[in-house]
Amino acid sequence: MDWLAHILEAQARYARCLDDGPLEAWPDFFLDDGFYKITTADNHRRGLEAGLIWADNRRMLQDRVSALRHANIYERQSYRHVLGLPLIGARTDEEARSETPFVALRIVRDGPTDIFASGRSLDRWRRVGSELKLAERIVVCDSSRIDTLLALPL
Amino acid sequence: MLQAAQTKAQGALPDWPEGLTRVPYWAFQSHDLYAREQARLFHGPHWNYLCLTEELKAPGDFVATHVGDTPVIAVRDQHGELYAFENRCAHRGSLLALDDRGHAKAFTCVYHGWSYSLQGELTGVAFKDGVKGKGGMPASFCLQAHGPRRLRVAEFCGLVFGSFSEEVPDIEDYLGPQIASHIERVLEGRTPVVLGRFTQMLPNNWKLYVENVRDSYHASILHLFFTTFELNRLSQKGGIIVSEGGGHHVSFSAIDRAAEADASYAAQQLRASSDYALADPTLLEGHSEVGDDVTLQILTVFPTFVLQQIQNSVAVRQVLPKGVQSTELNWTLLGFAEDTPEERRHRLKQANLVGSAGYISMEDGCVGGFVQRGSAGAADQTAVLEMGGATAESSESRVTEASIRGFWKAYRQAVAL
Repeated sequence: MDWLAHILEAQARYARCLDDGPLEAWPDFFLDDGFYKITTADNHRRGLEAGLIWADNRRMLQDRVSALRHANIYERQSYRHVLGLPLIGARTDEEARSETPFVALRIVRDGPTDIFASGRSLDRWRRVGSELKLAERIVVCDSSRIDTLLALPL
Repeated sequence: MLQAAQTKAQGALPDWPEGLTRVPYWAFQSHDLYAREQARLFHGPHWNYLCLTEELKAPGDFVATHVGDTPVIAVRDQHGELYAFENRCAHRGSLLALDDRGHAKAFTCVYHGWSYSLQGELTGVAFKDGVKGKGGMPASFCLQAHGPRRLRVAEFCGLVFGSFSEEVPDIEDYLGPQIASHIERVLEGRTPVVLGRFTQMLPNNWKLYVENVRDSYHASILHLFFTTFELNRLSQKGGIIVSEGGGHHVSFSAIDRAAEADASYAAQQLRASSDYALADPTLLEGHSEVGDDVTLQILTVFPTFVLQQIQNSVAVRQVLPKGVQSTELNWTLLGFAEDTPEERRHRLKQANLVGSAGYISMEDGCVGGFVQRGSAGAADQTAVLEMGGATAESSESRVTEASIRGFWKAYRQAVAL
């Protein structure tokens, strides 16, 4: 199994889904019982459990999308993710870990392109048929500060 | 700089409108008022939240935070006592602590090596006696006469507060029995555990956020999450408590058991149909937080402290002004050492409701900015606060702006407007 090639492909698709849509496809990158969390480097280093977003299954991610579409109020915005190279960690035939640095730029309405977040995603990928699904993604933001609000996932 | 700030603080400000129902927009725009707040409010006879007792467990543990603009260190000394003092070297004004939290035996300024005890007393000056009999401080220099300003420190239910003023009342008197008992309801008899810390930078004056926290009128209108997913319980009772001086408040709601048993409520709930439903409704599965029926309690302590219980999401929030149009909101999410694994899981799940990505709070991050931007050319215009009358009194209805009027009542007193 060429994990690097598969993870590069999956990461590229994931980033494109968040940045260019459709957001509704985002939960499909995860297994049914996939885990997703956005936290900060400080919390992560200290082993503090809570997240800005914390989901222990894919339905919670679907709910996040529905809420963003139908309930939550925020100015129109989009991201542009710039991903670094994934470092492949422990792997078996079925599962692999990777760590990938990212920068997310945010554009609110037609305003400037701002640096919104940088960090790394700590991922556990599972092979499902011919594609990869996330068993776990922990997004560790380098800074503890979020400007204004975090609407779209990272 | 401080001298300049104090001179400026005496600068003339426009007249404040009569009564409590009008707030002039210049209050969110004025640099002169900002300087006056620093002097009279943040250095005045009020208690400012510093940190949790839990964060200062062992001797030498410290937290570097702020009171208004002023950097402050809160620390536990070697005898177990809590101290707080400016994070400022008495020599040339440099920061003493360069980390947000940590452990120290003493604080030594990196610039010229002046050192301080954990009580904030100057204990040493590098090259005080010069080198080889030359240079050094004059013989008249007295260590005891120099040091960062010290704060009074008070602890209440595991919360550490500090005040630059000697005139501030004791914390129990400052809070009053009603506010104190509602803090005790959430925190007393349990051991808080920090689950996470998050900072949200708000693009607005700090007072727009503390207004928002006291504003029980907007909740069901701006925050559509519960409405959209039909998660509102029809059978809720609640109310608002405004403290005597107006500055503190509690807003709460509870399950109304009598109404819940009423068949008509059940019928209405059956008729309610939504286009949207949560795919995972376990988000809101929880436990009674402290054994009562209260599902929401938002509590403020004047000027800038918030204690929140939203179902099983418990957090403290610290509001720090960062200039006229910028505010730092520090969230500390709490669990308790006594939590069962299941209770802890409820807290982690329900943390999705709050914070900068919170289902029912992300809008609070942007709405202050909407007001700041919306009122940009309207310094001479006023906001209208007439919902629920013109006074700042407790009420059984949460459709009121009484606690916002209360804040302005206390605020105007504090800054002499």
